[in-house]
Amino acid sequence: MDNKIAAVTMRNITKRFGPTLANDRVWLNIYRGEILALLGENGSGKTTLMNMLSGIYFPDEGEIAIDGRPVVIRSPKDAFDLGIGMIHQHFKLVDVLSAAENIVLGLPGKLDLKAAAKKIREICAAYGFEVDPDQKIYDMSVSQKQTVEIVKVLYRGADILILDEPTAVLTPQETDKLFAVLRNMRDDGKAIVIITHKMHEVEALSDRVAVLRQGQFIGDMPTGTTNAQEMTNMMVGHPVTLNIERPEPVNPKPRIEVKGLTVRDVEGTLKLDDVSFTANSGEILGIAGISGSGQKELLEAIAGLQPVEKGSIEYIADNGQREQLLGKDPLAIAEMGVALSFVPEDRLGMGLVGNMDLGNNMMLRSYRKGRGIFTNRKAPYKLAHQMVDFLEISTPSVETPVRRLSGGNVQKVLVGREIANAPSVLLTAYAVRGLDINSSYLIYDTINSQKMRGVAVLYVGEDLDVLLELCDRILVLCGGRVSGIVPGRGAKKRDVGMMMTKLGGNSHE
Amino acid sequence: MFDFISFIPRAVVQGIPLLLGSTGETLTEKSGNLNLGIPGIMYVGGICGVIGSFYYEAGKTAADMNPALTILIPLCCCLLGSFLMGLLYCFLTVTLRANQNVTGLAITTFGVGFGNFFGGSLIKLSGSSLPSIIMTNTSNVFRRTLPFAGSAGAFGKLFLNYGFLAYAAVVIALAASYVLNRTRTGLHLRAVGESPTTADAAGINVTRYKYVSTCVGAMIAGLGGLYYVMDYACGVWTNDAFGDRGWLAIALVIFTIWRPNVGVLASFLFGGLYILHMYIPSGMNLAVKELYKMAPYVVTIVVLVISSMRNKRENQPPASLGLPYFREER
Amino acid sequence: MNKKTKTPLFHVAKRAALPWYRAWAIRGAALLLALVLCGVITSLVTGEDPFAVYGAIWKGSFGTTRKFWVLLQNIAMLLCVSLAVTPAFRMRCWNLGAEGQALIGGLACAACMITLADKLPNWAVILCMVVSSVLAGALWAGIPAFFKAKYNTNETLFTLMMNYVATQLVAFFCVVWESPKGSGTIGIINPKTNIGWLPQFAVQKYLLNVLIVAVVCVLVYIYLNYSKHGYEIAVVGESERTARYVGIKVEKVILRTMLLSGAICGLAGLLLVGSTNHTLTTTIVDGRGFTAVMVSWLAKFNPIGMIFTSFLLVFLGRGAGEVATKFGLNRSFGDILTGIILFCIIGSEFFINYEIKLTRGAGKEG
Repeated sequence: MDNKIAAVTMRNITKRFGPTLANDRVWLNIYRGEILALLGENGSGKTTLMNMLSGIYFPDEGEIAIDGRPVVIRSPKDAFDLGIGMIHQHFKLVDVLSAAENIVLGLPGKLDLKAAAKKIREICAAYGFEVDPDQKIYDMSVSQKQTVEIVKVLYRGADILILDEPTAVLTPQETDKLFAVLRNMRDDGKAIVIITHKMHEVEALSDRVAVLRQGQFIGDMPTGTTNAQEMTNMMVGHPVTLNIERPEPVNPKPRIEVKGLTVRDVEGTLKLDDVSFTANSGEILGIAGISGSGQKELLEAIAGLQPVEKGSIEYIADNGQREQLLGKDPLAIAEMGVALSFVPEDRLGMGLVGNMDLGNNMMLRSYRKGRGIFTNRKAPYKLAHQMVDFLEISTPSVETPVRRLSGGNVQKVLVGREIANAPSVLLTAYAVRGLDINSSYLIYDTINSQKMRGVAVLYVGEDLDVLLELCDRILVLCGGRVSGIVPGRGAKKRDVGMMMTKLGGNSHE
Repeated sequence: MFDFISFIPRAVVQGIPLLLGSTGETLTEKSGNLNLGIPGIMYVGGICGVIGSFYYEAGKTAADMNPALTILIPLCCCLLGSFLMGLLYCFLTVTLRANQNVTGLAITTFGVGFGNFFGGSLIKLSGSSLPSIIMTNTSNVFRRTLPFAGSAGAFGKLFLNYGFLAYAAVVIALAASYVLNRTRTGLHLRAVGESPTTADAAGINVTRYKYVSTCVGAMIAGLGGLYYVMDYACGVWTNDAFGDRGWLAIALVIFTIWRPNVGVLASFLFGGLYILHMYIPSGMNLAVKELYKMAPYVVTIVVLVISSMRNKRENQPPASLGLPYFREER
Repeated sequence: MNKKTKTPLFHVAKRAALPWYRAWAIRGAALLLALVLCGVITSLVTGEDPFAVYGAIWKGSFGTTRKFWVLLQNIAMLLCVSLAVTPAFRMRCWNLGAEGQALIGGLACAACMITLADKLPNWAVILCMVVSSVLAGALWAGIPAFFKAKYNTNETLFTLMMNYVATQLVAFFCVVWESPKGSGTIGIINPKTNIGWLPQFAVQKYLLNVLIVAVVCVLVYIYLNYSKHGYEIAVVGESERTARYVGIKVEKVILRTMLLSGAICGLAGLLLVGSTNHTLTTTIVDGRGFTAVMVSWLAKFNPIGMIFTSFLLVFLGRGAGEVATKFGLNRSFGDILTGIILFCIIGSEFFINYEIKLTRGAGKEG
């Protein structure tokens, strides 16, 4: 392939966001008739790099060439004209418009929705998609929306396709279908880039893999000549020996008992279906599952943030007294004396207030303390100072808005605050997502120290290796149902993986 | 008996400025710009037309005046004035990303002041003893009705008895509706107002759409001011006479749920509600008439509340209404 | 597909943070630019020496003792309405209905003065006035707030419409209570007995208003910055999801804050009717409900900063009025100058929040 002219050549690309260096002198070639996997941890700059190719961002430095010709991509329109189409992780669709209207959005010429619908049906027939051109986007499921996105790009005749973590929201069947389509397109001579951090997808799909780490280009090679271990090492930067401590559970006693929990979202889709389990004190209960299998709803239901259709969530105090948590909001739960802490997935959108400084964010949990109508402002700032020292948070000061901190430091602030009020239950969702290895280990250690204190920890994770190393037991969710609960020690990754995609793994349908 | 034959034409002429204002504002809001400067822009449109015709009419008799110029000069002045106001709004909110509410209110302050200042100055220049300027000759051209208006009985009174701007207003509203719903430009515009990020990713020039729709919207709204002076008020400009019609036009946008074609009838309804008090046999009780004037606002509130309660996606304000767009926001 | 390969000359990026003195320098420069513009425009219109214009602006506020007190009174009233809208704005709830809320407050006040004058002693009438004005203002803000909290009805448009409902309601009562008959206006209420007139301190009619608003200003500042409610308002404004996550009842906070907002507006109405004018007209609030939006926004929703921004706007407004009178111009000239100043300051915020970066190597490629 060396003698071939690259469809896309990116040279020396640098992009800064304020003080953060998102891409640092990156070089990358993309070829036609090939699927390139762009691999890297969260925050390694994969999406930023591709956004510059699709015209969303403009590089601070560097050059881009298409078929050997230097180009300047100032806007998505420039990108389309060059045949570049990107399917974003967060879909770029207008909810109130129909599929056909979304697909023809931005194209020149007279608006003829009938002709567009015809062409859409043709594309669908050619690749085996199912899209109703007249259906409104807000009536669609996630995978339908993704299909619309892909059809949109094909409709424009793009021959360089970029997909940003396309499988994160798909079921295994949908993923297989998508991969088949992508292979078809490759055989058609299109250049395809798939952004991912999932090793098995790289192995299953790609012809070549390129690795980014902390905004820098580390290397690329044909997929066939490498293996998961080597790629992981490149991604992380040093040989990874996933060796997370796992102390023995301390005096485990039932702490949270969930029975028959059933949750529907606003649209009426079943999100949790008859979920029952017990979480013990002094133990980490891992929760595994494909993204969107009900993890978010489960944690939010326990935290009092999610309306529940039926079921029960009981908190069992040390003296054996039971309290029903269902139907209570977070305030009511706290007033019952249940010290429940929650590290949500959306750190800046839910766990913290991005525009407030560290001290004010500490106050979120403590501002109600004390009598009178005034807040105590000294204590939270003192806490913030302690936390900066203890968790090694790198910040200019405790008066800095948390929005300005890096992802890892934001998470340290959030976790630090949540463990500061000595919880008896700790819920964490994707606690290490986007964090570098050092920060991740600091978080694991912190969670372990909570476990040693006798806290019941629920750990929702996406990395099976970590779940298997860290957790005492693992609850596997599949499509909102409990697929099984396995002990963390001795469980096989393959088995858990099977349970994530099929209820009960191999044992039954 | 309620006199519909005289009521309806009066409701219509009341409704036309509102229709123009609301059509302009709808176009603007569809791009995600909540232009609260519309009341000011309508003043500017009106006074610019007045200034144009004042200088053209000065010292001429009706016979001297070329009908085409009599119409074109105020029309162009009006369009230019309101275009510049729209441009100013866009520069501040789109290019400089200022808060839309604050900018809009500042434009209204400025626009109303502009109208009253130049109105007042012209009154002084004309040396009139009354606190108003009268441009009868220009107005007569603007008010020229369709043929047979007088001789076609009730039909003529109801349908033919208006100046050309009234028909233009209806045509503009229907055209705006067509453009919004049936053309690619309209599709792109709706996308910009709903989700500028999406529109941008689809290669639509968000800034250009916002600028063009807001400026065109301002020009259409400005025509509302011109119609008011030249046709409705018979060419008489009096300071503050235009009143709160600009806000009523914004109310109309909500009332029609962002649909200019619905606006045609709705504006006549609003116009009717606005003058209803003159037709209600309330005897000598003047106070009750004031309560009737509340009607357009109350029905608007009711529509706003009902549409938010039903929460139907198509009936909501454009999703990004009032928010500035910055591509590299992180 | 042979596209121009032109590198953009510059692009806009968000600034990290600007030290406060540079931010204020930018705002100061904008104000200076605005004043120069105003001077030039006035000179062009009147043919006068620009310095005479500035002198007239100064005289408009500080020319005589009376003018100075009118200045203070106007600042106080504008500040009062601005303080009212600020809690809502901090919650990102755009209450554009201050005009109507203050008007309704004034209406309630006038109602007490007129209907209770011969039934209750003076002190009781005043007590009723205070309570009813504040409640009326709160009610007028509470209606849109209820629908905002319950159905997420757009509060900007709702409160805007409520202004005109209030205006017509006042117009209705102006006719009902007209005096003398047939005038369609209320005239001075209780001119002989002075029942319901708020007390005057010393000789200065306006001193009471100024003092009350000063107290309200300090209270609002403390409420927003140091109280638990103020903190909740800030959290809800930044992120409703975060607020729910920590157990704040968002609906309750919206309702409570809007009620407070309306109550302070009601107070402004009370002062306007009961203390300043002793009468009620539909235009008694004089657009302050809208000017307040700008006052509050320019001061970055900081009550102390709002003292300066309301001073600025009133000072310029009165100055422009003086210019108009002195040079024989229409009073509306003041609105034009105010508009120009606002445009400059509004525009200057861009340079505080964003920076323009020149692209390196621009124009190198052809």
